[in-house]
Amino acid sequence: MTYIAKPRVFHPSLEKNELGLTRRDYEGVMSTLCAGCGHDSVTAALIEAAWELAIPTHRAAKMSGIGCSSKTTAYFMSESHGFNSVHGRMPSVASGANAANRDLVYIGVSGDGDSLSIGLGQLCHAVRRNLNLLYIIENNGVYGLTKGQFSASADMGSKSKRGVPNEQPPIDPALLGLSIGATFVARGFSGDKDQLVPIIKAGIRHPGLALVDVISPCVTFNDHVGSTKSYAYTREHFREAVEAAFVAPKDFVPPADEITADIGSAEVRDVRMHDGSVIRFRQVEGDYDATDRDAVYGYLRERQNAGEVPTGLLYVDPESRDLHDVLGTVDRPLWDLPFEELCPGSEALDALMENYR
Amino acid sequence: MKTGRVNDLALKIGTVNGTGSASANGLIMQSIFRMGVPVSGKNVFPSNIQGLPTWYEIRVNGSGHVARTPDFDLIVAMNPETYAQDIEELVPGGWLLYDSSWPMADTLRRDEVTFLGVPLAEMCVKTFDGGRTRILMKNIAYTGALAALLDIDMDVIRGLLEETFGEKKRHLLDANFEAIRLGYDYATENFECPLPIRLERMDATRDSILIDGNTAAALGCVYAGATVAAWYPITPSTSLVDAFTAYCRRLRVEEETGQSKAAILQAEDELAAAGITIGAGWAGARAFTATSGAGISLMTEFIGLAYYAEVPCVFFDVERVGPSTGMPTRTQQGDILLCAYASHGDTKHLCLYPKDPAECFEFSVQAFDLAERFQTPVFVLSDLDIGMNDWVVPRFEWDDEYRPDRGKVLDSAALAEIETFYRYLDVDGDGIPYRTIPGEDPKGAYFTRGSGHTKYGKYTEDPDEYQEVIDRIAVKIDNAAEAVPPPEIRSRPDARYGLITLGACDGAVREAIERMEAEDGLRLDYMRIRGFPFAHEVAGFIEAHDLNIVIEQNRDAQLKSLLTLETPASKERLTSVLRYGGLPLSARHVIAGVKDRLGLAAETAEGVGA
Repeated sequence: MTYIAKPRVFHPSLEKNELGLTRRDYEGVMSTLCAGCGHDSVTAALIEAAWELAIPTHRAAKMSGIGCSSKTTAYFMSESHGFNSVHGRMPSVASGANAANRDLVYIGVSGDGDSLSIGLGQLCHAVRRNLNLLYIIENNGVYGLTKGQFSASADMGSKSKRGVPNEQPPIDPALLGLSIGATFVARGFSGDKDQLVPIIKAGIRHPGLALVDVISPCVTFNDHVGSTKSYAYTREHFREAVEAAFVAPKDFVPPADEITADIGSAEVRDVRMHDGSVIRFRQVEGDYDATDRDAVYGYLRERQNAGEVPTGLLYVDPESRDLHDVLGTVDRPLWDLPFEELCPGSEALDALMENYR
Repeated sequence: MKTGRVNDLALKIGTVNGTGSASANGLIMQSIFRMGVPVSGKNVFPSNIQGLPTWYEIRVNGSGHVARTPDFDLIVAMNPETYAQDIEELVPGGWLLYDSSWPMADTLRRDEVTFLGVPLAEMCVKTFDGGRTRILMKNIAYTGALAALLDIDMDVIRGLLEETFGEKKRHLLDANFEAIRLGYDYATENFECPLPIRLERMDATRDSILIDGNTAAALGCVYAGATVAAWYPITPSTSLVDAFTAYCRRLRVEEETGQSKAAILQAEDELAAAGITIGAGWAGARAFTATSGAGISLMTEFIGLAYYAEVPCVFFDVERVGPSTGMPTRTQQGDILLCAYASHGDTKHLCLYPKDPAECFEFSVQAFDLAERFQTPVFVLSDLDIGMNDWVVPRFEWDDEYRPDRGKVLDSAALAEIETFYRYLDVDGDGIPYRTIPGEDPKGAYFTRGSGHTKYGKYTEDPDEYQEVIDRIAVKIDNAAEAVPPPEIRSRPDARYGLITLGACDGAVREAIERMEAEDGLRLDYMRIRGFPFAHEVAGFIEAHDLNIVIEQNRDAQLKSLLTLETPASKERLTSVLRYGGLPLSARHVIAGVKDRLGLAAETAEGVGA
């Protein structure tokens, strides 16, 4: 239920972004998720990221499927169009919208049920299509709305609320994304907003599909001892592989000071994206290279085998070519092309008819 | 002096799939068309790439009756595997042209059939090098033999070959024409040419073209301004998107950049194809998908979303034989009910039923207008026969005054005029709300959902609020009845009975009506349904006749069911003639079925084969 309007709060002291908007302007209706739900923290991170990037609110489109996670698109950016479609099918709806209008910022929010079971095929093919979309998976290992069944991301041995262990191997969205050519793969934790916000910002600006797996505990059905998707377990096993900051193209000259301040240490490496933006990585792990797909894959396998939850902006392909690059479509949004440019007219038809004589 | 039947014959060519006979058969068909004679060609092909039997049926009829007929005057039997069947299908007094390079078993001979042996393989082996070339040229050679036997104009054939190969492929032109001459000369020297069934130049196709329905529908999409196409390959609709792709490469390229003004996405399955189409429609583009019945089955959940969330989108269903995989390369009208009500819950959809490629072109443009005007999915139901076979139809024309009907879309200026925008509010009382395009204006933002919503676009689980919206949508769809193409009605004075049909049945039913009037003095009225929901004329026609015979190509009388459900007409006024074995309808079957229903001439109804 996503119908409770939130009162707009205005106060002169509220900080404004370059559009003159406050964080409040990026909020949506009141969340109806359980108190303490990880998803609400992801919503907060999305609001923060969109505000910091100063996205004109109506220039974003929020796409989702069905499930607790998919409801969250109502909880941020009320002045954006939103599309809560059908279970597991957000990727195709987003693909069509993006094909029609390449100029909007597409924010897709899905969950582990929506994306890894019923919608696994759509996720994979959206990744392959590499449409320009931030694809967040709010991953809690269970089905909430239907009361606590394991999802496909539940780890082997992770226990349900009734103490029954899961005995099927998990599908890991980060490993999956890497193996099928994702150009941006990240993993965050809803409990760590400082890490998540820069990832989301970079993901929004990434010219392609940015797959962001966010461990987002379900306080009602999967936050107990024995669960590997609980707050406590995630905090304990959380391991940051790499720390990232995002620098939009217009901020880039000169970026150094504030970004370094943001990211902390001197051990930095800039990866320049082909749209001119820069992602600045600070190496937490010694020789971690976020542009080496195979090495990242190997690292994730190794750390996960050691029982850790590796996080960060794990992989980015600076040469990412999105859906429109591959299709070779015009720079303007297709939906808005004047009819005169689309209809060849009667003379052309007459000429064409000669081919069918 | 030449005698016999002129411009009235049916011929069939039996070959092996993958031997390149398509170009030979197309050449024959096109030559007859260029001679100005009404003609049709039906490809009866297997779901196979190479090796299985395949046939091409050509009907020539100076009066314009070119629906399929199962009565073949001449069969070209190039596939020994089907000799027996082919010989069986000839009318008494018919001719069998076969490759006499190998002997034909005496047991296959039939008294009332004339066997015309032409050593096609032998001649081609002597004349051409290379296995593949010899096989291809064998097919071209039978074209030459047919030219002699039927009096197909050799200048026309030569002209067509020149157009196909041009000067650049001179060697192919020469080889092809040489093969034609081999067949032609052999036939002229060994048989009495032409046969008593022959062709003669006419002037009946001057203003016509030869085109298949999928190509025509794709052209309609280009002219309607469609910019997003999503699809998953499936016979028999694949060629629709192939044609759209080809047209876009030619007609939708931005000159300065070479970039495309259309996005064509091959999806991972039909579900995704539907989702892409709906997403694009939601974002403001004219978007479509093309599929067949199996694809519609997969898309139904999404179709319900588009209906309830009121997203314009166009679905082409090129029907094939179902259920399940059915017979993928055979035709049927089995998706009438599926498309009319696709999805769970209460849904009803606008459907258009073109009869031929000309209407595919026309209706595909109309489908986009209707989809945007009524903010709902629109189905164009053609079938394999219309979609994949070449038809002689009037040249397409285009009115340069045409502008797309985008329906009720509020832009920023319009939004500025109103206090608050509510997506699902029936402001005008016609059941059609206003919509906005994402990204245009913050004031126009709304949340689209397939879950229960109020007229203000808010989530609801309230019974009254839910019903108010779903009832308003019903009004909207009902109002579309007078906007879809009205039925085509042809009345004869004093006709007591009506024949009702749709789509590709048209030709066979009209031929049957003419013949029954000429041969039996039976006068019948005709109504061809062209759109759903039914316009008021539909019920009026049914009420005006004591009995209406609904002729359609499915087992369960789906159109008749829809008529009983959606008009006040009483069931007693409706009965059926059904053919659904996968081949296009023939007048012979219609006549037999109609007479049977009317209790006339029962003997005619018997012994009606394929």
